[in-house]
Amino acid sequence: MNVTLGHYLTLGAVLFALSVIGIFLNRKNLIVLLMAIELMLLAVNTNFVAFSYYLGDMQGQIFVFFILTVAAAESAIGLAILVLLFRNRSSVNVDELHSLKG
Amino acid sequence: MDVKSALFYVFATVLLFAALRVITVRNPVHAALFLILAFFQASGIWMLLKAEFLSITLVLVYVGAVMVLFLFVVMMIDVNIEALKKGFWSHFPLAASIGAVLALELASVLMGGFRSAPSPIELSAAPGTQISNTKDLGVALYTHYLYPLEIAAVILLVAIIAAIALTMRERKDNKLQDPAEQIRVKPSDRLRMVKVEAVQQPLMTPVVEDPKT
Repeated sequence: MNVTLGHYLTLGAVLFALSVIGIFLNRKNLIVLLMAIELMLLAVNTNFVAFSYYLGDMQGQIFVFFILTVAAAESAIGLAILVLLFRNRSSVNVDELHSLKG
Repeated sequence: MDVKSALFYVFATVLLFAALRVITVRNPVHAALFLILAFFQASGIWMLLKAEFLSITLVLVYVGAVMVLFLFVVMMIDVNIEALKKGFWSHFPLAASIGAVLALELASVLMGGFRSAPSPIELSAAPGTQISNTKDLGVALYTHYLYPLEIAAVILLVAIIAAIALTMRERKDNKLQDPAEQIRVKPSDRLRMVKVEAVQQPLMTPVVEDPKT
């Protein structure tokens, strides 16, 4: 069976669903939450690259380039916040972050 | 089944396995290592899609920078795994049902709409010429997308400044000077005028020794 565009898109869909499940399962662990977000971005990027290849359009790859840039910035700031959080609370448990709950 | 299809299935299988391990493994360090494996597999899949530049960029930027940062942070902070894993499987039925519904919906739409998709269209217009993905991407980025590229650069600068500003802390015993404080200083802060008598009274009379003794 030859690989078509649908195969790549299905792979992206399954990867995205896996990372959504990961967000539900690891809802306490902030580090694994960040990793699940990275996996989601990877799934979306795979879809973009697949469309770019099968439709013969360069713009998909350019969009992936910008997504990579923003994702790198996002993870850097996220990890900085994580370090700051651990320094103040000595924990990365999401359940303990309720000081804004009112 | 040709070699490309076989490679796709190998990469996809290992990618999904690694993603599954990322979300279920106990130790965050192992999760980060499985995420690195997932990025390598995704890089292989992108290479199959003839996106060489992005494939190499994924390895360099993600595995080389972001995941090293992740590993550094995971190893630096002391995570209490037992507390974080409490009630791990309690939300599994909800999560699995939502994930299955999501995957089935997406897959049905995508497989229904794109199973009979056209064969890939080559990006280069001129036949017979060697296509350079990097050159194509670079030409597009530096002509049509120059303004977004500069915005991306500014976003990276903001990320650098934000990460440093968030995590920098001053030591309590450091002796650094504050230039603003130095500029704002007034003469009265530094110089104190004291009224001094022209002739000062001796503080104590000198002891005169008695010559008789």
